[in-house]
Amino acid sequence: MKTVEEIKAAIEAAVPGAGVEIVRNPSPSGQHSLRLKPSHAAAVARFLRDDAELAFDYLSNVTGVDWPDKEVAEKAKVTRTVTKTVDGVEQPVEETVEETRKRIEPGCLEVVYHLFSVALKHGPLTLRMRTVNRTEQVGLPSLTPIWRSAEFQEREIFDLFGIVFTGHPDLRRLLMWDEFKDHPMRRDYVEPDDFEYEPTAHDAVLARAQAHQATKGDGQ
Amino acid sequence: MNPSGFVQVKDRLEGWNRPPVIEPDGEGELLEVAMGPHHPSTHGVFRMDVALDGERVIRLKPVFGYLHRNHEKIAESVSYLASMPYTDRLDYMCSLTNNWAYALAVEKLTGQEVPERAEYLRVILGELTRVQNHASSIGFLIQEMGASGTPLMYAFREREKILDLFEALTGSRMMCNYMRFGGCRVDASVAWLDATRKVVAGLPGFVDEMDRLLSSNEILMARCQGVGILRPELAINAGVTGPMLRAAGVNYDVRKVDGYGIYNRFNFRVPLGDHSDVYDRFMIRMLEMRESIGIVAAALKEIPAGPVMDPKAKIRGFRPKPGEAYGRIEAPKGELGFYLISDGGPNPYRYRVRPPSLINLTILEDMCLGQNVADVVLIFGSVDIVLGEVDR
Repeated sequence: MKTVEEIKAAIEAAVPGAGVEIVRNPSPSGQHSLRLKPSHAAAVARFLRDDAELAFDYLSNVTGVDWPDKEVAEKAKVTRTVTKTVDGVEQPVEETVEETRKRIEPGCLEVVYHLFSVALKHGPLTLRMRTVNRTEQVGLPSLTPIWRSAEFQEREIFDLFGIVFTGHPDLRRLLMWDEFKDHPMRRDYVEPDDFEYEPTAHDAVLARAQAHQATKGDGQ
Repeated sequence: MNPSGFVQVKDRLEGWNRPPVIEPDGEGELLEVAMGPHHPSTHGVFRMDVALDGERVIRLKPVFGYLHRNHEKIAESVSYLASMPYTDRLDYMCSLTNNWAYALAVEKLTGQEVPERAEYLRVILGELTRVQNHASSIGFLIQEMGASGTPLMYAFREREKILDLFEALTGSRMMCNYMRFGGCRVDASVAWLDATRKVVAGLPGFVDEMDRLLSSNEILMARCQGVGILRPELAINAGVTGPMLRAAGVNYDVRKVDGYGIYNRFNFRVPLGDHSDVYDRFMIRMLEMRESIGIVAAALKEIPAGPVMDPKAKIRGFRPKPGEAYGRIEAPKGELGFYLISDGGPNPYRYRVRPPSLINLTILEDMCLGQNVADVVLIFGSVDIVLGEVDR
């Protein structure tokens, strides 16, 4: 199989402006990946599938990864002027201190695709895409029109991670029930106390009783 | 008529990998049937929402999740070793191949080596698992066709002999929890190897018996041939793997392609189908059993002495370096993969199972459209799924 550098060059020759980035994998598996721009993902995917030398006709695995907001502590050297008493005289002295600064690195949701070639029997090639953030802009283009095997797997990611795949022909929850609200595979997910809670007629009665008590308390 | 719950979709799929549109003939009304979740043919709890025009299937939507327990989330909250026994519960018919796939992915992540004897034991157990899985899946298929009992009991009789071997070696018939990162948990005794040789010597006779009983049976041929046809290019595009893919005539077996473990030392053939129908899937499983028996026999002959575990390997509480790995094997049901991301901690940061059973169901609707409702049960049976793996 071609190396990721060669595949990157081939993609950039075929799809202008694709802007593919190589993501290095330091583990012994040596499976480096390519990060795609969501705007060009469909064109790149179609090229990878249809190119005779690459022929990635088989999309094996699709999965999501949640990267929450992270607090990063950085050490920086800061030089500033301090007044110090040297030999009994107060004078300004330049001093270099190491300071820890904290900043919040914004999180994102990531989707990972593993491609193989049945025709040429090579692989895997790992593709990744990132959403802008984890809250509002969670849309990514669907690759289901290009590889049908993504159909259920993207539905599962939509269900468990909350990534919205635009262009997916049938984007519904796969494993959780339709009325379920949250996305359980996110790292900040908190289990509800009672999964089977449903508002009942009894709740309405209780709420009315509570409202009645409250008005009584006002002295009316 | 647009029955509630069905979404008119597929318009945006590229033309050729979209399911065909089957029009009702206009006479009478469409009948909506929920097959499952407790239909006896669904191998567990699985639902197919079917719209029928008389006997013909017009639409079919699989509904998942009845057995969902978020295996991946649980695995991310415990150490690497602690999810090994839980992988047994994915495809509970083939716990040893699940163990193997997970161990392989972790070994890729950490770069661990596996001793020779452990590799042989893995091959022996993996192929025995394949034999018992294929035997029982054929038995279930025939059972669903209406041949109640006999072939299934023949298959279970043989499966029980293999499960007895698993129990003698691992301590459990089905939840084996046997493989470890960098080897296997316990060594096999000489007596166990002898017992295995005896069972394996009897297996070709069993396959012959099943073959004589079923392969040229007139009713089986009438029910299975030409039913549930799947085009090979669609099978590849939809990520179908395992016997389903090879029944479509596509030569793709991860044992040959990746040559993981020590598979390139064994001489075995990859059976391929011509017609890609239910009958071909049945025959492929029959032929794969024969090849697997050959592999086990060869491995039992060649198995060397030595350790089954690298004594220096750290199993408990190890922290792989940050990175990721995707490892896959040819499980009896298709390509079983594990994708792991490590952030340097004792638990996997991301743990993903690529379930062959779920992905092989992607084209269930395509295969069933236009077929009779009685054949849906057969086509579904020929996919060979286990719900523990579909829903995870």
